[in-house]
Amino acid sequence: MSNTTAHTSAAGASDKYRYYLPNEHHVENSTALGFWIYLMSDCLIFACLFAVHAVVGRSYAAGPSGAELFDLPLVAVNTSMLLLSSITYGFAMLEMQKNKVSATLGWLAITGLFGAVFIGLELYEFVHLIHEGAGPQRSAFLSSFFTLVSTHGLHVTFGIIWLITLMVQVGKYGFTAANRRRLMCLSMFWHFLDVVWIGVFTFVYLMGVLA
Amino acid sequence: MSAHNDSHNSHAHGADDHGHGHDDGAAHSTFGGYMTGFVLSIILTAIPFWLVMAKVFDKPATTAFVVLGFAAVQIVVHMVYFLHMNTKSEGGWTLLALIFTVMVVVIMLAGSLWVMYHLNHNMMPVSAHEMKNMP
Repeated sequence: MSNTTAHTSAAGASDKYRYYLPNEHHVENSTALGFWIYLMSDCLIFACLFAVHAVVGRSYAAGPSGAELFDLPLVAVNTSMLLLSSITYGFAMLEMQKNKVSATLGWLAITGLFGAVFIGLELYEFVHLIHEGAGPQRSAFLSSFFTLVSTHGLHVTFGIIWLITLMVQVGKYGFTAANRRRLMCLSMFWHFLDVVWIGVFTFVYLMGVLA
Repeated sequence: MSAHNDSHNSHAHGADDHGHGHDDGAAHSTFGGYMTGFVLSIILTAIPFWLVMAKVFDKPATTAFVVLGFAAVQIVVHMVYFLHMNTKSEGGWTLLALIFTVMVVVIMLAGSLWVMYHLNHNMMPVSAHEMKNMP
């Protein structure tokens, strides 16, 4: 306390009151850490859904099992779409480091396209399943399957909306500090979704077919 | 704070465009790093799919363990090469947050499975036939 008063009186002569330590190092780029903590909390949401699927994933209620329903070649194509979109987003970030606006926008557009194909294939799969009478209301297994996979799909959908917004922003205002920060956050979000998908295709699809 | 940051950065950009850009983004990413991650991911994805689709192992349990192992390795690959995780970023705070999350997730997953397995075990047996006639 006495330390603080001593300090304010020393500095206060010229620039009134200071409520921080002037010699304290300001943390740069703290947005990245904040966003990372958001991603970790998102990770907990997915972990809960994975836990639910682990518990009820074999409760078929005499309905169809994963082995009967899942079309692995389609899932493989889906996985490669997301993986490709990850690397193209990486290329967009590399172009951003070189300050090339049009190249960045091009790679972002390709990333968005891969994401859209991913969503399209997933919706096709859902429609197909529901058509076969294997909708979310059929069994506990299918309820948790639809919840987990569509939560991921919803994240990707919002990622695409975010991506389009940023493309407009970058096209209009170029690489301002704010836009760079936003692109960096979306990069983390996009790669994080790919990490979650690794869990989905391994745990839900591959192990679902095994059972 | 953001206003301060913006004006600060726009000044710096005027003077030295490339040098300061690295502070804003995750940066420090290289073409080689992304390609390494990408090639590793393809391999680590293709092998599990092949193991399951070609039914390489006789026992499904063996396949399940191997496939989970590949997934774990691939998650680490993504973290390192795509999300640029290392012990130094943000003074180690990102890694600390990750470790905490992994701990919570492991406790939650293991606990749920353990409890629910025993719950199922102690329930009355229900046959598939009875299940079909349930309301």
